[in-house]
Amino acid sequence: MSQMHDSTGTAGATVGLPGTWSIGLRRVRIELLQFARDREAAFFTMLLPVLLLIVFGSAFTGNVAPGIPFSQYFLAGMLASGIVYTSFQNLAISIPQERDDGTLKRLQGTPMPKASYFVGKVGLVLVIYVVQVVVMMAVGVTLFDVHLPSEPADWWTFTWVSVLGLLCCTLLGVAFSSVPRSGRGASALVSPIVLVLQFTSGVFFQYDELPSWMQQMAALFPLKWLCQGMRSVFLPDSFQRQELAGSWELGRTALVLTLWSVAALVLALRYFRFRRRDDT
Amino acid sequence: MLVHVTLADSAVSVHGLRKSYGERTAVAGVDLDIPRGEVFALLGPNGAGKTTTVEILEGYRSRDAGEVSVLGVASDAATPQWRARVGIVGQAVTDLSELTVTETVRHFAGYYPRPRDPDEVIATVGLTGSATQRTRLLSGGQRRRLDVALGILGRPELLFLDEPTTGFDPAARRQFWDLVENLAGEGTTILLTTHYLEEAERLADRVAVIAAGAIIEVATPAELGGRQHAEATVSWTDPDGARRSVRTAEPTRTVTELAASLGGEVPDLSVSRPTLEDVYLEMVGLQG
Repeated sequence: MSQMHDSTGTAGATVGLPGTWSIGLRRVRIELLQFARDREAAFFTMLLPVLLLIVFGSAFTGNVAPGIPFSQYFLAGMLASGIVYTSFQNLAISIPQERDDGTLKRLQGTPMPKASYFVGKVGLVLVIYVVQVVVMMAVGVTLFDVHLPSEPADWWTFTWVSVLGLLCCTLLGVAFSSVPRSGRGASALVSPIVLVLQFTSGVFFQYDELPSWMQQMAALFPLKWLCQGMRSVFLPDSFQRQELAGSWELGRTALVLTLWSVAALVLALRYFRFRRRDDT
Repeated sequence: MLVHVTLADSAVSVHGLRKSYGERTAVAGVDLDIPRGEVFALLGPNGAGKTTTVEILEGYRSRDAGEVSVLGVASDAATPQWRARVGIVGQAVTDLSELTVTETVRHFAGYYPRPRDPDEVIATVGLTGSATQRTRLLSGGQRRRLDVALGILGRPELLFLDEPTTGFDPAARRQFWDLVENLAGEGTTILLTTHYLEEAERLADRVAVIAAGAIIEVATPAELGGRQHAEATVSWTDPDGARRSVRTAEPTRTVTELAASLGGEVPDLSVSRPTLEDVYLEMVGLQG
């Protein structure tokens, strides 16, 4: 170990600290690097949805309506699920793990502004989502003859539903990260929630064919609205007749996602913690 | 201490610190004053309140009562500005496992206003040979050195070292001691907790012994527990082969008398005073 010659000098308080955004962008890079190297997380968040798309797309070859193959319906549902996977499921599992393995405690002991940590998480979520969308659309088009929308209006809907959905589910993931007692227990708690919502929100089964109590329950949660928003992008407008309300209800979708975002933000601000519950 | 004076150049100043977890009192009225530039060791058995005390000073934990000033700031009001002046090597954790040593140190350097050169820090802690290794492949001792690298990266005025050499082999421990002495030579104030009494004796200007949440004594390592005045133990082997030893305040006289009575060389002679460990164990033993 060699001697270091420069002295610690005067108090560092007067020197400018790196800004929240500049550290936040460094966090995005390091989050992506860690995500890409963590095979378990990469599989669970990236590969699994693609695998499900292939399995379900191959197993169910019928039509949901005349001229509309199930795969077209299923891609919309899986893209909506992708929002939940990359943001809610990803964060609600990885943040408790980071609380357990000392990541958050170490960060708390540095001058990193706490907001930078969340900038890193948002960046991670965005990048994974974009990659996932590209892969799923490519698989859908090449393997299952899915037609991508040609109308700019549909792509605009796709964009705002994605952004608002990611915002909502990211906040929910951060808020929910305080629920699991330990990092190990997190995925056992989070995955079933996502799975049940997928079954009841019209991802694996056609929503209009589910029992009405199930439809009403699912309508309380964001995934149902994300699926419906995505269907408005990937299914022809004639399919609107099969929606319960007889329309895509995009205004209501925006409203529900906004309300959930506000609620999640309040819960996250109130309950998010850098330390485990038994460690204060 | 009946009267305490908070020195203007105090790095750490603690008075009447208390902290309980439910029914259990972890810290029961701790007073500490650590002047700037000092290397201060906090010794005590597991569960004595060491880590709780240190984590309150680090701004990790809240306190129930008492005054705490660290670098002139109440540590529960930790700001990024204050964090930039404090380095923390906490107890061993398992984060950062998928990043390499270099990636980790370079990343964390970006958090500080005037970081040391990352490659230089890696060399300083002796990790140059493992710089491209993923953290999860490092040995326990190497991982600890990475923790130390991250602790000193921001040129802290005050460095917390919580059991820093756990898992080190003897050679690595010696190298680490040299590093701490260099940091202290640069004027860094260091608060060290350790279970290795030899480490405290080598590094610390003063040591405090904490047990059952209270400080029993603060002294230099040489003076702890009245060690410098303690009776010496003179041991030798009698002509009949029996091992003998006596405790005496006048070991020179004892040895002279022995030499006279045995007619010259005293077989297997040794004269020893209690080690820091002897004194420490006696002190915490009294508490138990």
